[in-house]
Amino acid sequence: MKGLKIIVLAKQVPDTRNVGKDAMKADGTVNRAALPAIFNPEDLNALEQALRLKDSNPGSTVTLLTMGPGRAAEIIREGLYRGADSGYLLTDRAFAGADTLATSYAISCAVRKIKDFDVIVAGRQAIDGDTAQVGPQVAEKIGIPQVTYAEEILETKKSSLVIKRRLENGVETVEAPLPCVITVNGSAPDCRPRNAKAVMKFKHARTATERQDAAEDYIDLGRAYLDIAEWSVNDIETDVEQLGLNGSPTKVKKIENVVFQAKEAKVINGDDSGIDELMKELISNHTLG
Amino acid sequence: MDNFYIDNPELKFHLTHPLMKKIVALKERNFADKEKFDYAPLDFEDAMDSYDKVLEIVGDICANIVAPNAESVDAEGPELIDGEVKYARGTQENLDALIKAGLMGITLPRQYDGLNFPIVPYTMAADLVSRADASFVNVWGLQDCAETIHEFADEDQKKHYLTRVSGGETMAMDLTEPDAGSDLQAVQLKATFNEKDGKWYLNGVKRFITNGDGHISLVLARSEEGTSDGRGLSMFIYDRKCGGVSVRRIEHKLGIIGSPTCELVFKNAPAELVGQRKLGLIKYVMALMNGARLGIAAQSVGIAESAYREALGYAKEREQFGKPIIKFPAVYEMLSKMKAKLDASRSLLYETARFVDVYKAYMHISEERTLEKEERDEMKLYQKLADMYTPLAKGLSSEVCNELAYDSLQIHGGSGFMKDYPIERIYRDARITSIYEGTTQLQVVAAIRGVTTGGYLKQMREYEAADIKPELQTYRRILIQMTEEYEEAVEKVISVNDNEYIDFHARRMVEMAGNIVMGYLLVLDTNRDSKFWKSLEVFLKIARSENKAKAEMIRFSNINDLGRFKHE
Repeated sequence: MKGLKIIVLAKQVPDTRNVGKDAMKADGTVNRAALPAIFNPEDLNALEQALRLKDSNPGSTVTLLTMGPGRAAEIIREGLYRGADSGYLLTDRAFAGADTLATSYAISCAVRKIKDFDVIVAGRQAIDGDTAQVGPQVAEKIGIPQVTYAEEILETKKSSLVIKRRLENGVETVEAPLPCVITVNGSAPDCRPRNAKAVMKFKHARTATERQDAAEDYIDLGRAYLDIAEWSVNDIETDVEQLGLNGSPTKVKKIENVVFQAKEAKVINGDDSGIDELMKELISNHTLG
Repeated sequence: MDNFYIDNPELKFHLTHPLMKKIVALKERNFADKEKFDYAPLDFEDAMDSYDKVLEIVGDICANIVAPNAESVDAEGPELIDGEVKYARGTQENLDALIKAGLMGITLPRQYDGLNFPIVPYTMAADLVSRADASFVNVWGLQDCAETIHEFADEDQKKHYLTRVSGGETMAMDLTEPDAGSDLQAVQLKATFNEKDGKWYLNGVKRFITNGDGHISLVLARSEEGTSDGRGLSMFIYDRKCGGVSVRRIEHKLGIIGSPTCELVFKNAPAELVGQRKLGLIKYVMALMNGARLGIAAQSVGIAESAYREALGYAKEREQFGKPIIKFPAVYEMLSKMKAKLDASRSLLYETARFVDVYKAYMHISEERTLEKEERDEMKLYQKLADMYTPLAKGLSSEVCNELAYDSLQIHGGSGFMKDYPIERIYRDARITSIYEGTTQLQVVAAIRGVTTGGYLKQMREYEAADIKPELQTYRRILIQMTEEYEEAVEKVISVNDNEYIDFHARRMVEMAGNIVMGYLLVLDTNRDSKFWKSLEVFLKIARSENKAKAEMIRFSNINDLGRFKHE
């Protein structure tokens, strides 16, 4: 078959794996300034699957789509450095404060605008919200099938993909017709490192806003691939009511700071008597029962 | 995310040396490639930024893939299956990651799909890889053999082989044989020209061949029947795809276990002649070896870096007598000495790499156009410096590497002797650096000319004349005294007018010169960045007393020492 047009949904997230003391503000919201912004880890697993799909189907292209503030253009560049071909940054005040519903709505509108695609690959969930909802919601809104918990795309057929899913109690192999949405688990292979030539080729890639901000420091090379497409609410067709805070029914009621109490670890032998002891202990302290 | 390049700022410091401006301008020919290749730099700053960003990729792969694999690679080693080498799982994984990241053919021109990087950033990549796993640099780093094809092969061979190296194929240099180790003039492997098909065929045995089953091998063979010296040898390319070579055995070694050291049997293996007949050893191998020696110097510095870090980490953690052992003078002195020698040998490494860069860039330009007189003079000057500094860097840094590995293990105490800590592997890996690509004793043979002809002395005077901050004058004064002492010692040895007597004191004199050169380099480094201050002070204290001991040995020596030390 001829090449596939692959869209990867990616998100820039605060690095919650390296949380310091000032990670939360007094009002219980995330202090984004104190946390370095990174490429959401499972979106990197998704990107790797997309790149493998591209490798095994010559002529394919990988396009990144992300929504976020201006600095989320870093995500697009990171993707380009690792082998993606192009990217779109969805950025506008109107998108701000979106929960998963409003996010998936905006992204599905952008996907409709891109129009020509065969498969959408996304990470299972982002480490800031851990909802795992955006991928599936995008599939529903566009009205195409979805395969969640994917670990590996095994085979490309004429108009379908064969996908291995990693589930709690085993592995399931499914076949999905194209176009479809695939969300990828963290258990999938790590993303390949940056490629030297790609880094040198794309390091000058900027969005229009970034070019403006850099003003005279920016050198225009007249190379189209160095323009990262930046879409505002005016560039895609949307119902404004469904965007951002307005379109988000999720209201945060309360955030609690949990401090782990356990001080010591306990080793339990993996034999019958060890498990027996553990069960008794869990029942006696009312964890089970 | 851990990154070996970012956590080792000394590399970026050396990358931004003032001479890089010249090197980049020469290497990029006024940035002519920017119209033809989308990854070519626009100007000097852009090129430097590219080196920085690419080294960051190397640092990432080293910290997160190569280093974590090192232990299992050491435990598994390569396997011999039906006459072919299968790398340890981790070795293959490392190689795949570096190939995917486009880190092959780093120094090759873009027309052969290379990155066209100078030797300096390439050497930094080798430094990083060696810190992560010294055995792996022998597989990945043999890409520098491609430089020899680039320099001496014809255009068809360059197109054919260099693009394959850039694409990820590995290389080997097949020089040594059971009876031709240090003495390569004794090479026996036979190359016969078949008039019928107009091809060369190789027959014989090669031994101790690193990555002997690589895709593309440079083979030194006897093409002139009836000869017995170096002038009967030519250089050939053997392509693994053609067949005819089998691996008879993989050696069982003390260290760098992940690197397959092979014994090869050539049975009518077809091969292509490189350049001209009879120049194999006297011209091409010399060039090949100089590149390889710089590679070993980088490997030595990388291993020394890991030895130092292991020692520092352990000394801070390990408590005895109620406090971390780093608090005891016996331990902190060792650590400061390690760091000083590490910084000194790294500085010498990159000084050498810069000299090689300037002269090689001119050499390649001279193939495109005739050089102006000043350019020719400059090329000659830098070639001389490169030839003089390469054995010095290889000899000294490999000895420093062993010293650091020894001290690092010592700081670990009994734990260091166990397989539980990486230092046990590092210690074993370090040992080869002062042996292969010419033992330290042979580096001294190559470096002694720089002592007797006054080459090093001239360079010391150059360093002495450099503009430095007033607060560094004290250190310069110490170095001036050390230079006088060195001059006196050299004069005394030469005045005896006996070659064996010069050989007898050769290592002492070369090491004295090396200490002064490294001392000056640290002065210049500190002049650019005060973070080297401590290393400068510590290094000079040690170097001064080491040189004094050697000067004393020479002062109280005469020709009768040859008789005294002669051992039957």
